Amino acid sequence: MVQFTLPKNSKITTGKTWPKPQGATNVRKFQIYRWNPDDGQNPRVDTYFLDMDTCGPMVLDALIKIKNEIDPTLTFRRSCREGICGSCAMNIDGTNTLACIYGMDEIKGDVKIYPLPHMPVVKDLIPDLTHFYAQHASIMPWLETKTNRPAKEWKQSIEDRKKLDGLYECVMCASCSTSCPSYWWNGDRYLGPAALLHAYRWIIDSRDEATGERLDELEDPFKLYRCHTIMNCSKTCPKGLNPAKAIASIKKMMVERQV
Amino acid sequence: MADVNRGSRPLSPHLQIYRMPLAAITSILNRITGVGLLLGALLSVWWLVGAASGPEHFAFVDGIVTSFIGDLIMFCSVWALWYHALAGLRHLVWDAGYCLEVEMADKLAYGIIGGSVLLTLITAIAV
Repeated sequence: MVQFTLPKNSKITTGKTWPKPQGATNVRKFQIYRWNPDDGQNPRVDTYFLDMDTCGPMVLDALIKIKNEIDPTLTFRRSCREGICGSCAMNIDGTNTLACIYGMDEIKGDVKIYPLPHMPVVKDLIPDLTHFYAQHASIMPWLETKTNRPAKEWKQSIEDRKKLDGLYECVMCASCSTSCPSYWWNGDRYLGPAALLHAYRWIIDSRDEATGERLDELEDPFKLYRCHTIMNCSKTCPKGLNPAKAIASIKKMMVERQV
Repeated sequence: MADVNRGSRPLSPHLQIYRMPLAAITSILNRITGVGLLLGALLSVWWLVGAASGPEHFAFVDGIVTSFIGDLIMFCSVWALWYHALAGLRHLVWDAGYCLEVEMADKLAYGIIGGSVLLTLITAIAV
């Protein structure tokens, strides 16, 4: 359901301002969301200052520098640092992206960092993605076949393989789903752009033989049709994919199979 | 994860911090103009009911509808009608599978805002 304001336990307070680096000339201010499950306090926004002359160019570089040199309790997920694992998805400068491939030169003014929006927070910048992953699992993210297994591999023409471009690259970082107001208000039943993009990836796979069942499963006022083409998903995707278009393609197939 | 207490977890901020792109703003405006038009339509119906129910009642309703506030509401309704119509056409284009690239969506957003203002001015001059 639509709830514009945050629940009582989620209201954000002003946190600690950490000291500025000594003797630095090129200082940048960072405002970062913090929540500690162990202290019983509300979330807060801490302020940090970094010497940009000794910091790498990406937002993740700054987070790691803060954790190494200022505040080791700052908690976030990261792994590959090159935009392929999807771990460091967070809300930076008001938009969802991967901290590792988002350059700080793209941000005007202070760097504001929050966890992915409208998600339960585990700690600091780490959201609980359990439900998000369960939704992905629900769309049967595998090749479903009925005919006898071929002697060698399931073959696919070059043209059919091309239909998967722009879909298979998704790294499940959850930036798109958590940018979507429909997902905010109805995420319990609406599958969201990421799961739907994956659903479409299997629907149009020429080797898959469960297209009908997949469409049946999605023919639901909430699972699919809570998408109102707001386009936040495509706008925010750090991999430059277009979930909105994939969802529109599913909707089109729903109509086409009825005529 | 099973033994973790999930009940006390805060909800991360959403509307409070998200910088809404223009396409998202045009989307919510479509919803708002839709609701607004319903209220405007009720005002128009009240005017017709007034006309049907006798001269005294009509004079009262007509006074409200043609007052400055009434004029303003009607003028805004004209814009809302054009906006809602153009945004509806945009949905038809999208549902047919066209213009779903981010750049095109941005152009359409500018288009329906500019178009609705232009058409409202033309309507105001023509009527």
